Order: sequence, then structure tokens, then C-alpha cells
Amino acid sequence: MLSGYAPVLVHLVLAVLLAAAVLGLHMLVGGRRPTVEKVLPYESGVWPIGSARERVPVRYYLVAMLFILFDVEIVFVYPWAVLVRELGARGIGEMFTFLALLAIGYLYLLKRRALEWE
Amino acid sequence: MTWADLSLIAPELALAAAACAALLQDAWATGPALESRSRGPAAAWIALGGVCAALLLLGVRPAGAAQVGFAGMYVRDGITRVVDLAALAAAGLGVMLSPPYLERFRLPAGEYHALLLLSTAGAMLMGASRNLVLLFLGLEMLSFPLYVLAALARRSRRSQEAGLKYLLLGAFATAFFVYGVALVYGASGTADLSRLGRAPDVPLLHAGVAFLVIGLGFEAALVPFHAWAPDVYEGAPMPATAFMSVIAKVGAFAGLLRLFPQALPQLAPAWGQMLAAIAVATMILGNLAALAQSNVKRLLAYSGVAHAGYILIGIASGGPAGSSAVLYYLLVYVAMNLGAFGVLLLLERRGEEADRVEDLAGLLGRAPWAAVVLAACMVSLAGLPPTAGFIAKLYLFRAALQDHRVALALVGALTSVVSVYYYLRVASVALSAGAADAVAVRHSRFAGVGLALAAAGVLWLGIVPGAITALVQQAVQALR
Amino acid sequence: MEAVLFGITAVLALAGGVGVVAARQPVHSALALLLVLLSLAVDYLLLAAQFIAALQVIVYAGAIVVLFVFIIMLLHTRSGEGPRAGAGLPRAGAGVLCGLFGLALLALAAGVRETAPPPAPGFGTIQDVGRALFGRYLLPFEAASALLLIGMVGAVALGKRLRPAGDPSPGRPQAPPAGGPARAR
Repeated sequence: MLSGYAPVLVHLVLAVLLAAAVLGLHMLVGGRRPTVEKVLPYESGVWPIGSARERVPVRYYLVAMLFILFDVEIVFVYPWAVLVRELGARGIGEMFTFLALLAIGYLYLLKRRALEWE
Repeated sequence: MTWADLSLIAPELALAAAACAALLQDAWATGPALESRSRGPAAAWIALGGVCAALLLLGVRPAGAAQVGFAGMYVRDGITRVVDLAALAAAGLGVMLSPPYLERFRLPAGEYHALLLLSTAGAMLMGASRNLVLLFLGLEMLSFPLYVLAALARRSRRSQEAGLKYLLLGAFATAFFVYGVALVYGASGTADLSRLGRAPDVPLLHAGVAFLVIGLGFEAALVPFHAWAPDVYEGAPMPATAFMSVIAKVGAFAGLLRLFPQALPQLAPAWGQMLAAIAVATMILGNLAALAQSNVKRLLAYSGVAHAGYILIGIASGGPAGSSAVLYYLLVYVAMNLGAFGVLLLLERRGEEADRVEDLAGLLGRAPWAAVVLAACMVSLAGLPPTAGFIAKLYLFRAALQDHRVALALVGALTSVVSVYYYLRVASVALSAGAADAVAVRHSRFAGVGLALAAAGVLWLGIVPGAITALVQQAVQALR
Repeated sequence: MEAVLFGITAVLALAGGVGVVAARQPVHSALALLLVLLSLAVDYLLLAAQFIAALQVIVYAGAIVVLFVFIIMLLHTRSGEGPRAGAGLPRAGAGVLCGLFGLALLALAAGVRETAPPPAPGFGTIQDVGRALFGRYLLPFEAASALLLIGMVGAVALGKRLRPAGDPSPGRPQAPPAGGPARAR
């Protein structure tokens, strides 16, 4: 039963090996001669302006939260999409009931301008 | 899904539709501004319309044999009927009592009403669950809006803290509940509550049930899962506190009713003892802690803990007597607790909530009716005649005695005596002369009607309990 | 074979769980969480729940942990702002409780003698999950959309920026909120 997933395992092992090989080779054969200029932080070849440790405003999290919610919504659509012929009209009704509530949520988000980067 | 299925959940559908309408109406009317100043009472009217429609749909359905729908997920029987009635009463009063407060503190009315209605629908789903999966979804639908409501006052750090605490602890408790569902399923091979009665009595089943009790006990604020209640009640905006204090109990005890007397009668010998022990601890701790409170919200929080203990007496005693007593108590608790909070909602101390006991001083002189309603609700919460609280406790203690749990009834009676002190202290401050200068009384016709209804419920259920007693006894007939 | 695989993923999941709690750097916690979630995905495969395993990777590992990592990256604990040193006693207490909990579960598991029947052919496939979701579990499925709606309302009501203003607000302390969710910029 699980043998079908052997390629996934092979892929995983290869990915780990590749990453380890690249990093390991770099450590082994790559030269390392740090000078003051080399280890300075830089930004597009010029001196950095201000600190990189800026806090990002909270609206980012609002967008991220909404993204997760719609991501979860999509998850429910997958099995429906696979079964849509089998379920027929009833299935369409069921899915659109589900989506209707979320569409109302989407309208609400639009009207509250929650999706705009003010 | 058939039309018969849809007609079964018609009350829930009405609430969901009203929630969407209130949400969109407010979003359309006020646009991006969450704290709009020009916010009419439209959202409240829509929400009230939804509650009335749900009540109507509940009323036109003949009370008869249990009807099962959605492939055995959902059952509409006598218990569903009474739980729906309690939940809708909580929603209706919650909507009516809050507009003045929402306006004063400019809380987003659309969000408030939508969340309130969806939470109510969640409690109703819990009351109608015939499957642990639906019970879980109902619990989530009940509790999630409450987390948001607790944090709805964005400019108050207390409210933010309350929301965060409630969310984190609630998520933790819910995780226990899900794990319990998994263990029960593992032990019995089914999540169908109607088939759990035939499950083998193995330790795994007991472990699963214990986790379910943790999840539901958290929402009901049973000791030792009550620690969140005082902080969340105190920090949340007061309409949210008022609503959550009743709806969470309605949902949680509906779930416990579906679980213990109904689905798992074979565990009654073992779990009756366990639940009785929790009930005793909850009554004692809740009442003793309430004695020391000077903040009315905290006092009512501990009072809510104590009442959870009383209601658990009915679950522990089991049987038709215990179950009908639980249902009766839930109805009474909705009326008396929302009545008490409703009076507090009318008051304002220098632009803030008037939530200290001394803020009530001299209420009789300025708002005699409110003072009388508050006193009646306090008397009822203390369980004194001629109010509903007395009858409700009587039923509970009688159920305990019928089940030969004398100690349980005794502890209940003694702690009730203790509670008389702190409830009547509040009532006597409200009825005393003195005056709290900084406290203003905001009159509102909307809230006045709500208060009148709550007070009428407290007195009606106390003086002529016959009709409702018949209703709850009919509800539990199937348990015999 | 399956028992060996389960043993490996169980140890990895437990190690990840301990890592989430014990790591001092929030990023390390998030990565340990990723390990937990991926180990559980393999466990779902062992339970023949292939669709759930895929969802576990897509939604949890793919969206939620990525979000966590982004949030940690963007929040930047400033130097000296790290977590306070944990008190020893609660930590020890939590350890003891977890140990007792684990022992109780082991005892329970030892009591289960039956072996599960092999899953029916087609069990756990996306079609199978879909048939359950749109058949028997239709009402919970529709309730889930209400939950998502509640999530949206909550995200906006609590996360949307407010106009800066010194307006009256409920609750007692009127100290200006210094950051935190109360003041979105």
C-alpha cells in the first residue's frame, strides 16, 4: 500500500542529499577570507539605510489571515471538483450553499475595505 | 439533503440569514469605518427579526416525536426544542439589551450581531447533535464568535487581553474535545451518539469521555476548568459578557445532556460520581470566590461558575428528572442573568462601564424600575421564592434526592445559603438611599423592553411554572 | 515495515513537539512545528488517509507554518526582547504532567487488543472523503463554511486598523495602548 509512495521518499532523500552536498562542498572547497568590507551589511551595493529590523504593520497579518481562510475553503472544493459529475445537481447545490456564505464574507471584506492596503 | 432536512434546521437557517444580513447592512451603511458614529439601530432590528423568525419557525413545528435528519447527524426532539428556546431567548435579550452600549462605545454593530447570531446557532446545533462530529462543529461555532466578541473593544487593553486569554485557553480545551472524539471513536468504532450506548465499557472509552468533559466543562466554566471566566468576563465589553455568560452554558450543558443521560447511560454509575464531585467543587469554589468580589462583572463570573455547578447536579443525577431540571434551569438562568447584566448595561461611569458594586448605590431613586428588576434577578440568582431561581433549584435538588445523592443536594442547598449574602448585598446597594454621583443612567426603550421581558420571565417561571415544567418534562420523555 | 515507519515518525513528531516548546528562538519553534506536521502527514499515510495526508502538507506545512515563519521574521524580536527565563517549577510541573499523561495513554493503548481491519479498497482517497463530506457529513460541512465566515469577521473586527483617536472606550484603564493589537498603525 505504501510502496506507491516510494518515489516520494526517493525524491525526499535526493533533495536532502543535494542540499547537503551543495552546502558541504562549499564548506570543503570554498575559500573564506573575510575582510571588513566583505562582512559589512549591504543593500544593492550601497550603504544600508536604517535598520533592517523594521516591524511590519498589522495589516499584513489581516491579509495573511484572510489568505489562510480562503486556502482552507479551497481544500473543501478539491473533493467536490473530483466528484462533481457523480454528485450531480445536488452536489452543485451543496457546494454553492457553502460558497454562498463565503461569498457573503467576501462582499463584507470588500465593503469594509479589508483587502485594500490602506 | 432533502427539504425535510432543511425544514429541520429552519431556525438555525433563519439565524444564519439574519447574521449575514446584519453583517452586510452594517458594512454597506458604514463602509470601512469600524467605529462609525452614524450607525443606526438597523443591524439590531435585523438580528431581532432573525431571532423572532427562528422562534416562529420553532413554534409552528408541532412538538411530537423526535425527527432525525442529515443521515442521522441531527435530531429535533423535545430537548432540541427547549435548548433552542433558551438559546433564542439569550440571543433575543442579548440583542435588545446592547444597542445603547454599542452606540456609546461605538462598537461595530454588524459584526457584533452577526457573531452573536452565529454563536447562538452553534449552541442550537450542539443541542441537536446526534453525532460527535456535529457536536464538535457546534462547539466551535459557539465558542469562536465568543472569542472575537470578548476582544471587540479594540481600544481597551483589558478587552484585548480577555479575548486572547479566552482564545488560547479555549483552543486548548477544544483540542482536548477533539482528542476525546478520536478516543471515543477508537473505543467504540462510531461517532454516532445513538450507538454509543452499545459501546463496550473499555478504559479507552472512559478516557475519551473524560476529554469530552474537559472540552465541554471549559465552556460551562466548571471547576477546575473555570480559571478563565473571571478575567474574560471582566475584560470583555459588557454586552459580550452578558451574552457569553448564558449562551456558553446553554451550549455546553446541551452537549453534556446529549452525552451523558442520552448517549452513555451505561457509564452512569462511574461518571455520576465523577460529575457529582466536579459539581460539589464547582459550587463551593464559585460561591466562596464570589463572596470576595467588589466588581459586579467578576461577581457574576463566579456566580456563573457556581450556577454551572448547580446545573451539573442535574447531569450527575441523570434520568428524566435530572435532565428536565437541567433544561428548566437553563431557561431560568438565561432570564435572570441577562436581566442582571441588562441593568448594568444601562449605567455608565464617566464614559466607562459602571461595573463596581458601589456604582449601583441609589439606583432606586434614579431608575426605580431598573433597581427593582436588578433586585428581582438577584433574588432569583440566590434561589429565593417567589422567583424562578427557587423553583429551578428545587427541581435540581429533587432530582438529586431521587437519585439518592443526598450529599449533592445538601451541598447545593448550603452553598445557596452562602450565595444569598453576596447577591442580596448587590440588591441592597441598588435599593439603598445614597448616590453614586459619577454614575449616569442611560435610558433606552429597546433595552427597557428587553429588561421587562427578562424580569417577566424570572417572575412568570417562578410563580406559574406549570407550562414550562410541562414542556421540559415532555422533552425528556424519550429518556425513560 | 509499517511499524518501523510509525516508530520513526512517532519519535520525530515527539522530538518536534518538544522542540516547539523548548526552542529559544521562535524560528526554531516554527521549524520544529513543521517537523511535527510532516511526521503526522506520514502517520496519516500509514492510516491509509492519503487525502488527509496531502492536505496536511498543503495547508499546514504549506500555508500555516509558512505564515508563522513570515510573522516571526517580520516581528523581529529586538535584542533584549527575548522571552523571559522560564520559571523552573512550572516547567518541571509541565514535564511531570506530560509524563503522566503519556503513561496513561500507553496503559490505555496496551489495553486495546483488537487489530483494526484492513481499510476498504478506495478508503482515504479524495473520492471517498468527498462522498462522506457531501453525503453523511453534509451538515458539519456546511457548518464549516459558517466557521470560515466567523473567522473572516473576526479577522476584520480584530485586525483592521482603527483611526487613531482618543475616544472613549469601555474597560477601565485608559492608558494609551503602547503597540499590541489594540493599536494598528
